[in-house]
Amino acid sequence: MTSSKTKIVLSNLHTRHDRIFPAAQRSTADGTAGARLTTNNTVIHYRYMKLRQRLALLAATAGALGWMVLGAPSVQAQDKPPEAPPPAAAAPAPAAEAPKDAAPAAAPAAAAPADAAAAPAATPPAKTDTPDSTATLLTTDKINGGNSGTATDLQWPVPADSTSLNPDGKGKVTQDEIIENVAHNKISINVVWTLVTGFLVMFMQAGFALVETGLCRAKNAAHVMATNFMIYGLGMIGFWICGFAFMFGNYWNGPVNIGWQPTLGQGLANLDAGWTIHPFGPDKPFGILGLKGFCLGPSVFDTAVFTLFLFEMVFMDTTATIPTGAMAERWNFKHFIVYGFWVGMFPYAIYGNWVWGGGWLAQLGQNFGLGHGAVDFAGSGVVHMCGGMIAIAGGACIGARLGKYGKDGKPRPMPGHDIPMVMLGTFILAFGWFGFNPGSTLAGTDNRIAVIAVNTMLAGAAASIGALLTMYLVTGKPDPSMLCNGLLAGLVAITAPCAFVSSLGAVILGFIAGIIVVFSVFFWERTMKIDDPVGAISVHGMCGAWGVLSVGIFANGSYGAGWGGVHKLFKDGAWTIINNDAAAATLKKYAEMTGTDPKLGGWTDVGVTGILGPMFGAPAADMSQFMAQFVDVCTCAIFVVTFSFIFFKISNLIVPIRSKREDEIQGLDIPEMGAEAYPDFQLTDRTSPKID
Amino acid sequence: MKKIEAIIKPFKLEEVKDALAEIGVEGMTVTEVKGFGRQKGHTEIYRGSEYTVDFLPKIKIEVVVTDAIVESAASAIVKAAKTGKIGDGKVFISPVSEAVRIRTEETGDKAV
Repeated sequence: MTSSKTKIVLSNLHTRHDRIFPAAQRSTADGTAGARLTTNNTVIHYRYMKLRQRLALLAATAGALGWMVLGAPSVQAQDKPPEAPPPAAAAPAPAAEAPKDAAPAAAPAAAAPADAAAAPAATPPAKTDTPDSTATLLTTDKINGGNSGTATDLQWPVPADSTSLNPDGKGKVTQDEIIENVAHNKISINVVWTLVTGFLVMFMQAGFALVETGLCRAKNAAHVMATNFMIYGLGMIGFWICGFAFMFGNYWNGPVNIGWQPTLGQGLANLDAGWTIHPFGPDKPFGILGLKGFCLGPSVFDTAVFTLFLFEMVFMDTTATIPTGAMAERWNFKHFIVYGFWVGMFPYAIYGNWVWGGGWLAQLGQNFGLGHGAVDFAGSGVVHMCGGMIAIAGGACIGARLGKYGKDGKPRPMPGHDIPMVMLGTFILAFGWFGFNPGSTLAGTDNRIAVIAVNTMLAGAAASIGALLTMYLVTGKPDPSMLCNGLLAGLVAITAPCAFVSSLGAVILGFIAGIIVVFSVFFWERTMKIDDPVGAISVHGMCGAWGVLSVGIFANGSYGAGWGGVHKLFKDGAWTIINNDAAAATLKKYAEMTGTDPKLGGWTDVGVTGILGPMFGAPAADMSQFMAQFVDVCTCAIFVVTFSFIFFKISNLIVPIRSKREDEIQGLDIPEMGAEAYPDFQLTDRTSPKID
Repeated sequence: MKKIEAIIKPFKLEEVKDALAEIGVEGMTVTEVKGFGRQKGHTEIYRGSEYTVDFLPKIKIEVVVTDAIVESAASAIVKAAKTGKIGDGKVFISPVSEAVRIRTEETGDKAV
């Protein structure tokens, strides 16, 4: 009785519900749109058509992407365990630390990893110059690191047969297993470290968003926030499509020290295809572009590669979000979308390939004897200067904000609307930098991370003091926004040299960065007349250049032995340079010289050294390293500015780069984004100068 | 009845309110306003460049008082709001022809 009554009531409710909310309305997700649907049939039809068009567009995009990913005709399932059990690839691992840490290794210790390094280099798998084909299959010799993203990677090695079982049936640990587990642990620590620091760098997006938005006017706050927000997604997909492949597709063939091992595991051997030219003879390769790993396809489906992708992706986002500050408050959002994809695909990836991906700037040491080649530890150049150079090109193309310059050509300040937001963002960035720099070891087992972290914080602190004193002397008051620029300037500057300098070096170069950034802001605003609301060009562009150069000035030779494949051996005031060409004679010679033999041995393998290196503990100065850094800076400036300028000019013909004049005056939030940042407040815009 | 309008520095509001309460003023209306006087605002420095802030934030107090205490109220405001520096503000006094207390419909002096 009761139950049937309830049923009736329920069905009543149901029919009533139907009557009140007709089906058409219920089916729309948006309540207000639905209300309109029921009142006007033409509106329904129009909206339905539009929705259909959009769906079609979406389907087309998805299809295209799907084709790119799955287009490879034959793809072997990667979850299959490798046929042969992993050979003891892990075995050399325990000894591998020796040369990397620059400790003068004893002869036998040095010889062992030397063999390991020689193996991949001596038998190059399908030597470069061939474009990537996603159909290329992993060869078993490349999945011997036990980290290939396969099912076998996810579990610990277990006893294979009864010989390694105890009488009670429980597993007996053999020595091989222990070695394998230790090697697995080492790789795992490196992977975890790289991932976690990558997460920290990802959080820097929040810092950038706050800094840039706080330094803009309230009427554009939602717009500036949205650019910082969407660059994450736009840039990432661009980087996934081709940026990563261009940057690291040829990573495995880059110049490395004798005994080098990929910190993230042997899976990085999959990144072995690129475009290399030989303009200065066959023995001087010029890596131009990587060409493997498009859409992270099956040919690079590996944990090491994916870890590297995440880490470099968040770095790319840092580059990408620098120009959004410099071009804020007047950037047409539709053009920004085009930019977002472009920046993820090309500028950072191409230039980054030359420095980090084993390209020609990294090869400067081996090819022309310029130090260890261009050395940029965590990206003063690759990330920050690159972003700053894009910002210069973008700022020049987009023009100054309305009212920024009077008829007399003098700049007028347009104060930011939220200084606490700027300072919070700056602290978030400084926090994220503990991922940025120490994470760039790509190895938690490289204890140098302690030095790097301390140098990073010291340089930032020194730079904030440098900016503070400069502002007191120049204007009489330390503008808070300038203090923030100061701290960031120091962090940008220490990014390249963080692993190579002493703490005193870090403080000095940071302090100088704090001074540079103040005068640079004045220079770009007053002399060059490029309107940069947040000082991104000065912080990232100028101090990034300073950071790259400062490697060639302050590096003290204590780290980076064999960097760029160049071993600089020092003994009794004399240098001997050994290039790692993987030839047996070279390896033997290296082992002898770093050995204990009283006649042949006793040479110290000196790391990256700058001009002032001896003041900070290096045995002798190295002018050539500074030259390599100088070439790096000039390359970045010329290439990235030109490349970006062309992009902005051409894309401007398709989608206008500049917002409409009336939208800019009103504030871009409503006209372009359809939402205000602060709808509950009446914005008086008292800080905007008069437009001449 | 007279209306006293006083433009004062924002941080002087509490002192002015207390001073008026002391002489028996029982209510007031306060508005946040912006404006400039003979000084035409003042200059600030942002990121190394000078700019003029034309409209400075001020507080406007409106009190309507009986003729008997208008003098003392005005002088209380002046005394409390004075710092002796530029930008202390101004006091305006004007006649009010009628006042009504809405709740009781009282009029005239009883209503203020």
